Amino acid sequence: MPESSSQSNSDQRSTPELRGRAGRMLTEKWFSYLCVATATSSVAVLCWLLYSILSHGLPALSWTLLSNPPEPDPEQAGVRPAFFGTVWVCAMCGLMTLPIGIATAILLEEFPPKSKLGGWVYGLIQLNISNLAGVPSVVYGILGLTAFVSMFGLFERDQDSQSSGFELGVTYYNQFFSEGDRAILIPVENVDDKLSVVSEGMEAYTFARDADGATIVDYSKLVPTEINVITYDDPYPEDPAVLENTLFADAEAGRVSQKSWYYFQVPFGRGVLAGAMTLMLVILPVIIISSQEALRAVPSSLRAGALGLGATPWQVVRTVTLPAAIPGIMTGAILAMSRAIGETAPILIIAGIVYIRNAPQHLMDDFTVMPLQIYNWTSRPQEAFHDIAAGGIIILLAILLSFNAIAVLIRQKMQKPLS
Amino acid sequence: MVPRINSMNTVTKANTVTSKNTVTTEKEAFAGSPTIQTATPTEISQEQFALEILNLDSWYGDFQALHGVTIKIPRNQVTAFIGPSGCGKSTLLRWCNRMNDTIAIARASGTLRMGDTDLLSKSIDVVDLRRRVGIVFQKANPFPKSIFDNVAFGPRLHMKANRSELADLVEWSLRKAALWDEVKDRLNKPALGLSGGQQQRLCIARAIAVGPEVLLMDEPCSALDPASTLAIEDLMDELRTQYTIVIVTHNMQQASRCSDKTAFFFEGKVVEYGPTDRIFTNPENKQTEDYVSGRFG
Repeated sequence: MPESSSQSNSDQRSTPELRGRAGRMLTEKWFSYLCVATATSSVAVLCWLLYSILSHGLPALSWTLLSNPPEPDPEQAGVRPAFFGTVWVCAMCGLMTLPIGIATAILLEEFPPKSKLGGWVYGLIQLNISNLAGVPSVVYGILGLTAFVSMFGLFERDQDSQSSGFELGVTYYNQFFSEGDRAILIPVENVDDKLSVVSEGMEAYTFARDADGATIVDYSKLVPTEINVITYDDPYPEDPAVLENTLFADAEAGRVSQKSWYYFQVPFGRGVLAGAMTLMLVILPVIIISSQEALRAVPSSLRAGALGLGATPWQVVRTVTLPAAIPGIMTGAILAMSRAIGETAPILIIAGIVYIRNAPQHLMDDFTVMPLQIYNWTSRPQEAFHDIAAGGIIILLAILLSFNAIAVLIRQKMQKPLS
Repeated sequence: MVPRINSMNTVTKANTVTSKNTVTTEKEAFAGSPTIQTATPTEISQEQFALEILNLDSWYGDFQALHGVTIKIPRNQVTAFIGPSGCGKSTLLRWCNRMNDTIAIARASGTLRMGDTDLLSKSIDVVDLRRRVGIVFQKANPFPKSIFDNVAFGPRLHMKANRSELADLVEWSLRKAALWDEVKDRLNKPALGLSGGQQQRLCIARAIAVGPEVLLMDEPCSALDPASTLAIEDLMDELRTQYTIVIVTHNMQQASRCSDKTAFFFEGKVVEYGPTDRIFTNPENKQTEDYVSGRFG
């Protein structure tokens, strides 16, 4: 820059010496080398990681690994419960997070506050979102445990009757074992009743039998039966067919439940829904911030055009702004879902370390996820478990890529030049 | 054609107009104004004015953008606003369909009337107002949709048109905007594939598709080449029979070519307002003369 003293002689243009061209070109060259080196090193690390996983995991990949529950024998062990757990939790998490996150971004970007108080509230929300983005995920786990699993202890939970504050889609049975060693299930009228009293003529069920006469232990295929209640004074029946339905009047029962696929309870307990909602907390800031960026990138001339034609603010969002921002929002969604799938710490707090043999059957069911299963296997001493852990990582990556593929497809479909 | 309005009014000072809300005729509007000049003092009924702006002040925060602006915009004519950048002409235009509502710090006081409707009223339905007062912006802003969907955008918002009615309306609008012959074979192609001039005519077609009474144009040709500019000027000439057009322009040849009345703005005030030929050939104000002759501005 010419120095300001040139004001004194305004006719004379000061002529500083030109910079050396060679020096600039050299800097230019070295900077491009630096960029290439940085990019290559990160790709190299990724390639090495992929090679290491593939070389260990590919031989371990098999239908057994995908379809079996975890077993003590690495040859027989599989990831089915964890696979379905991850799919359930992440799908639920995505379904809940995207609408909430996009709606928040739309509120903050497209509906400016109308009053001073509104502006203050918006500022508070924005500050919260920015801060939440930096909170360690294990903290979210504790928050989820308090807020979703136990709901601050607001709903008293009676451990004996296994009931919780509010339940839907569940039938409780008192299960007796008859004198003929057959399970007799009597529906429970009131889950808080601790005493089980049997009397003849009660509605009772038993397990169905297949063609060979073997019992089918399936609570959804119960068959009604007549019970025969005796006291110690009565003669003991001899006929095995009668014995099968015979109960002593003071027989002790265990409480069992049959939960349908739509089973719902409040508080949520350590189930899929609580896990998904906790992961939602983890990725909401990411989704909101990236959606805000995407909405901000839509040219304001498009909004003005729609407003000028008499569109209401919501119509502007629905017909112009949101369709134009969807590709950017989807990019944010990809990043957020990748994080959710790999997240271990909050899930560990919500689900705990439990041995799960089955895929989740309903939203409140206990679950485990792939990262937990992988962690479990890698911490074992046997080499064979490390190999199936590598196989599990490949499966996890496959799930991740297919979730992302959905988002990429939506993005490709919506991508259009904006101006 | 509505007869030309011969009265001229030159407001050189703000706040010279005292009566704000009780104005019915132009003569009364300027009672008390020292600089009023009325060539033929004919009583002109209110219906001949599409928009009546009386003593309008406007602020962006603490900055006052308009000082006591008084203009009556005649129906079915082209009115041009000229003046240097930042003189408030776009601000006035954006108050006419309340586009300034999108700017949180913008406010206005005074009278801005369309017939009996007070356009500055808080309770006014801005959505309906913007249907009645369309706007075309400086930069063509077609939506990233097909040509058909762009024109059908407004009708879909406001009307319960079925498929064939919508198609008819789109064709009518595109014909009016002199674009139909160029795009009739590619209505489903993206609007962003059109040239700049075609995009601007598409925006005009989009604006007239909802059937506005007034069409506001904010420097519609400033980003266009001479051929496209000519096309749009021809278009305005044709549209003036059905619409009241208000155009903001930096191009004085354009103002003199295609407007019936011209208002010269300077620093938020209307320096001179009158028939275009008089403003350009025989302006009363020295500033106006300097500006239209290119000596300043």
